Amino acid sequence: MADHLFQPETLAIHAGQVPDSATGARALPIYQTTSYVFDSADHAASLFNLQTFGNIYARLSNPTVAALEERVAALEGGRAAIASASGMASEAMALMTILQQGDHVVAAGALYGGSVTMLAVSLKRFGIEASFVDASDPQAFAAAMRSNTRAVFAESLGNPSLTVLDIAAVADVAHAHGVPLIVDNTVPSPFLCNPLRHGADIVVHSATKYLGGHGTTLAGVMVEGGKFPWDNGKFPGMTEPSVGYHGVKFYETFGDFGFTMRARMEVLRVYGSTLAPIAAWQILQGIESLHVRMERHCSNARKVAQFLQQDPRISWVNYPGLSDHPQYGLVQKQMRQVDGAPGASGLLAFGVKGGIEAGMRFIEAAQFMSHVANIGDTRTLIIHPASTTHRQLDAQQQLDAGVGPDMVRMSVGIEHIDDILWDIDQALRSGARA
Amino acid sequence: MNTIDQLRSILLNRRSIAVVGLSAEWHRPSYFAAKYLQQHGYRIVPVNPRYAKTSTDILGERCYPELTDIPFAVDMVDVFRRSEDVLPIARQALQIGAKCLWQQIGVMNLEADAMARAAGLESVMDRCVKIEHGRLFGGLNLVGVNTGIVSAKRLGARA
Repeated sequence: MADHLFQPETLAIHAGQVPDSATGARALPIYQTTSYVFDSADHAASLFNLQTFGNIYARLSNPTVAALEERVAALEGGRAAIASASGMASEAMALMTILQQGDHVVAAGALYGGSVTMLAVSLKRFGIEASFVDASDPQAFAAAMRSNTRAVFAESLGNPSLTVLDIAAVADVAHAHGVPLIVDNTVPSPFLCNPLRHGADIVVHSATKYLGGHGTTLAGVMVEGGKFPWDNGKFPGMTEPSVGYHGVKFYETFGDFGFTMRARMEVLRVYGSTLAPIAAWQILQGIESLHVRMERHCSNARKVAQFLQQDPRISWVNYPGLSDHPQYGLVQKQMRQVDGAPGASGLLAFGVKGGIEAGMRFIEAAQFMSHVANIGDTRTLIIHPASTTHRQLDAQQQLDAGVGPDMVRMSVGIEHIDDILWDIDQALRSGARA
Repeated sequence: MNTIDQLRSILLNRRSIAVVGLSAEWHRPSYFAAKYLQQHGYRIVPVNPRYAKTSTDILGERCYPELTDIPFAVDMVDVFRRSEDVLPIARQALQIGAKCLWQQIGVMNLEADAMARAAGLESVMDRCVKIEHGRLFGGLNLVGVNTGIVSAKRLGARA
């Protein structure tokens, strides 16, 4: 075996999975088991003490799930990863591993609705505060930092605001205050963007979206970069003996994957948002074609955006892959090239002339574009965020999240582009006739 | 600096390991590593002057104050000490005919590394012997770590 830097197209298929030791099976087995035998009492004790690596109980780890964890860690260029039952669970895991009562988070305002709720409402119940700032302004992040801030949270490409995060600049702000930057990289997927390479410390994914890619399976993954200095004095949970886990000092014992080990032993183990093995397997099936699908999502979305820009029935279009987008420079810097232009994912937003009503009629008149709350499917998906995914937010929060009242969000699929444009055109026409 | 092949070869062939700086306290990283190695078929020889007076056994093995006190040959010297303390240990490693000098995570004495290599020893710096074993022979992949392994062969198969 030789050392070699493998390309993402190869890692998408191989990382985290070699032929099965027990049977030689080439494809990944689904280890549908809750428990694992111990070879001896001493072996059991060593496992529980974390002195040896192995499986103890499926809530903590599973070999099928581990393959997914390693695959996403490899695709992100990270040190280690941990999966959970959904993207929100992974986000919760990142935050709950870091934060305790009395801590503060600086978060982008332009976030998925569920993330806003987690930070503004749910964690508040446990004494954690959040400030929301303009995602496009690194200085706004700096101005919001407090002495009790312990994390910065943002999306690499906002959903559905499509605000592009200046990852390096915001990472610098976070690091100047000795705290990690957590980036939700769901919308680009690891194929188009690797936030860790631009200075982020932790990445979270809703693998439900582009990673799984087929709208079948819920899952989440959290990846750590392994470079954050957890011993800077602000994170006693990483350096002090673990009260919940036999006095282990996670950072000292496990070094650059200590954060992931702690997430597994102190959060996943306790709160139980474990991913089922069959679900991990399904996500991995999707990941094997991630590169092929993302290229098509990007080229289709670019063509849809250009079509909408020219169409007199459309009042505005937002797609960072268009060269006249105000953040295009940042897109070029942070996103992989697809067909000679930066790949900006399949997500775009627009307003139909005639406002909310026209938008809703358009959605209802679509023939094969699906009206669902999801993104990152092979199918083209459409929705009106203000009345659905961001409904729990008040009007100001919606605007902060980049959700205008007339916005239609489209997740462009990988159907033939001519057919996608046909359906958009006919839906606009029949919507207008109503 | 050390290729996968070199690390595999070391971990396959060097079966007796003098663990310099091994702690008798079960929750210390050095104890973790030594216990793991013992469970994976390596002979652990504790070396730590701190326990010399009390003749403490660690992991069922007699603890020697210095490498030169070990009355039999060892293949590898695994160092859990500060970088600035490594050089005399490296000299003793050469003296006792060890075949490999392994400096643990955060231990990077370049002079010791150069000296060991010049004398024909295998030399590793800033890596954990337990983590590398788990990475190359299975175990580390079970906790979501990016092992960097891309292969169509079963893990642990002899090279």
